[in-house]
Amino acid sequence: MTQVAFAPDVFTWPAEEPALIGGRCVPCGSITFPAPGSCARCGSLEIEQHMLPRQGTLWTFTTQGFLPKEPYAGGETAETFRPYGVGLVQLGDEVRVESRLTENDPDKLRIGMEMELTVVPFRVEPDGTEVMTFAFAPAGEA
Amino acid sequence: MEDVAIIGVGLHPFGWFGDKSAIDMGADAIRAALSDAGVVWPDVQVAFGGSFEVDNPDAVTSRLGLTGIPFMDVYNGCATAATALQLTADSIRSGQYDIGVAVGMDKHGHGAFTSDPVDYAAPPWYGEIGHFLTTKFFAMKINRYMHDHGISHETLARVAAKNYRNGVLNPNAFRRKPMAEEDILSSRMLNYPLTQYMFCSPDEGAAAVVLCRADLAKNYTSTPIQLRATTLRTRRYGAFEVHAPWAAVEQDAAPTVYASRAAFEQAGIGPEDVDVIQLQDTDAGAEVIHMAENGFCADGDQEKLVAEGATEIGGSLPVNTDGGLIANGEPIGASGLRQVHELVLQLRGTAGDRQVPGEPKVGYAQLYGAPGTAGVSILSR
Repeated sequence: MTQVAFAPDVFTWPAEEPALIGGRCVPCGSITFPAPGSCARCGSLEIEQHMLPRQGTLWTFTTQGFLPKEPYAGGETAETFRPYGVGLVQLGDEVRVESRLTENDPDKLRIGMEMELTVVPFRVEPDGTEVMTFAFAPAGEA
Repeated sequence: MEDVAIIGVGLHPFGWFGDKSAIDMGADAIRAALSDAGVVWPDVQVAFGGSFEVDNPDAVTSRLGLTGIPFMDVYNGCATAATALQLTADSIRSGQYDIGVAVGMDKHGHGAFTSDPVDYAAPPWYGEIGHFLTTKFFAMKINRYMHDHGISHETLARVAAKNYRNGVLNPNAFRRKPMAEEDILSSRMLNYPLTQYMFCSPDEGAAAVVLCRADLAKNYTSTPIQLRATTLRTRRYGAFEVHAPWAAVEQDAAPTVYASRAAFEQAGIGPEDVDVIQLQDTDAGAEVIHMAENGFCADGDQEKLVAEGATEIGGSLPVNTDGGLIANGEPIGASGLRQVHELVLQLRGTAGDRQVPGEPKVGYAQLYGAPGTAGVSILSR
C-alpha cells in the first residue's frame, strides 16, 4: 500500500524514529514548531532547523467531537466521523506542540502523562493511498 | 484630552432574522441609539463600524442619510466592537469631534467559525489536519485551568445555566429558555470538557452607542454614563493562544490580563470598585478563566464563588447579567457593544427584571478573541 506524508516538511518520515522538524532562532534561542520564517519572540529572520525531542508530557488536551468545516481535509462525512484527541505536548523544556493524539477517550488521557511521537494514517485517498500524519500516543503504545 | 460620555445605546435583538441584512440591523441599532440620546443622524460627526461578515459597514449611511461624515470600518476578531468603541472615543478625546457613533453588526452562518489558517499566521496544513478551531483552543485552555486550579465540571454547568437564566430575563436575547445543569452536562461533548450547551453560537444582530464630549453630555441626557477606560492588547510571547501550532514553555499572562490592568490604571479604580461585569463567555470555561484574568478573583476561587451564587444578578460579582454570549450568541461585530448596552442600562437603573440591586455605579466589559486580542472598557455613572 502506498503511504505519503501529510506535510513532508514538518516531520521526518519514513524513518525508524520519526521526529518533528522545528526551528530555533539563532539570536534568541526561541524554539518553535513548525520552523517559522521569522522568530515570534524577537522577529529575527535567522532561523535554523531544529529536530524536536520525540518524547514529552501531555500539557493539556481535548477531544474534537464534531466534524470540522473546511479547510479540514480528513475526508470523513458526518456519518463516518469519529472524534479525535488533540493535545499540547511539552517536549522537554523546549516547546509545547499541538498535535493529534492517538487516544480519543478523555478518561484514558491525563495531564502530565508521558507521550511519544508516532506516525498514523490521517485519511485514505480514493486510489487507496494512505496519507500519514504525526500524532502523539501515550508512551509505550506508539 | 477630552473626557467622553455615552449618551445613547441601541440594540437590534440577537438571533436569526431570515433575509434581513446586517446593514439593516445596524441601521436599526443606530436609530435606537440616536433616539435614546435625543440626537439625529446629522448631529453625528464621526463613526466607526465593526463587522466580520460585512466588508463595509459604512454602507449603513445609505439607510440613515448620506451626510458625508468620516466613517471607518474595523475588524479585530472578537474584540472588533471594543475596537470600534475605542476608536470612536479616541476621536472625541482628541478634540476633533463632539459626537460620534460606534456600531457593530453581523450575520453569520450556522456553526463554528472557520477561515483560512494562513491568514492567522498558521501553516496551511493547520486547518486540513483539524486544528483550526477556536472551540478546541478554549477546551484545552479550560482543561488545563481546571487541573491547575481545582475547577469542576459542575462549575462549568452552573456558569452556563446562570447565563441561560439571565437570558430568560432579556427580551433581546437569542436563547430565552432556562437549561438545567444536568442537561448542560449531559449534552453532546463538543470539545472535552465543554459540552454543546456550554458554548455560545455565532448568530445575527447589531448594537450601537452614541458617544459625546463629556462636558456636553448634560445637553442631551440627565444620565450620561462616563467612559472611564478603553484598552486593547494583543498577545505577548509566552501566552497560550488560539490558532497556534505551538506554545512557548516560558509562560506569560494572557492579553486580557494586560488590557485589564491598563484599563484599571486608566480609570483610576480597582476590581473591587466594579459593580456589574460583562465577560467574554465564548464558553462557560472562558467566563471562569476571565473572572480571574480581569482581577475579580484569585485563580481557583471561582469554584466557591459560582457555587455560592456570587456571579448571579443579585450576587457580589454579577457577571453577564443579560445572558452573555451564551444566551445572546455572537454576532462578532456587535457583541462588545451589546455588553456596553447592558452596562449602560444597569448603570442607569433601567435594566428591568435583570436590574442589579443597590444602584450599581461602575460597569466593566471584556472581549477576547482570535488570534489573541483582548479589549476592556470601564464605564461609570
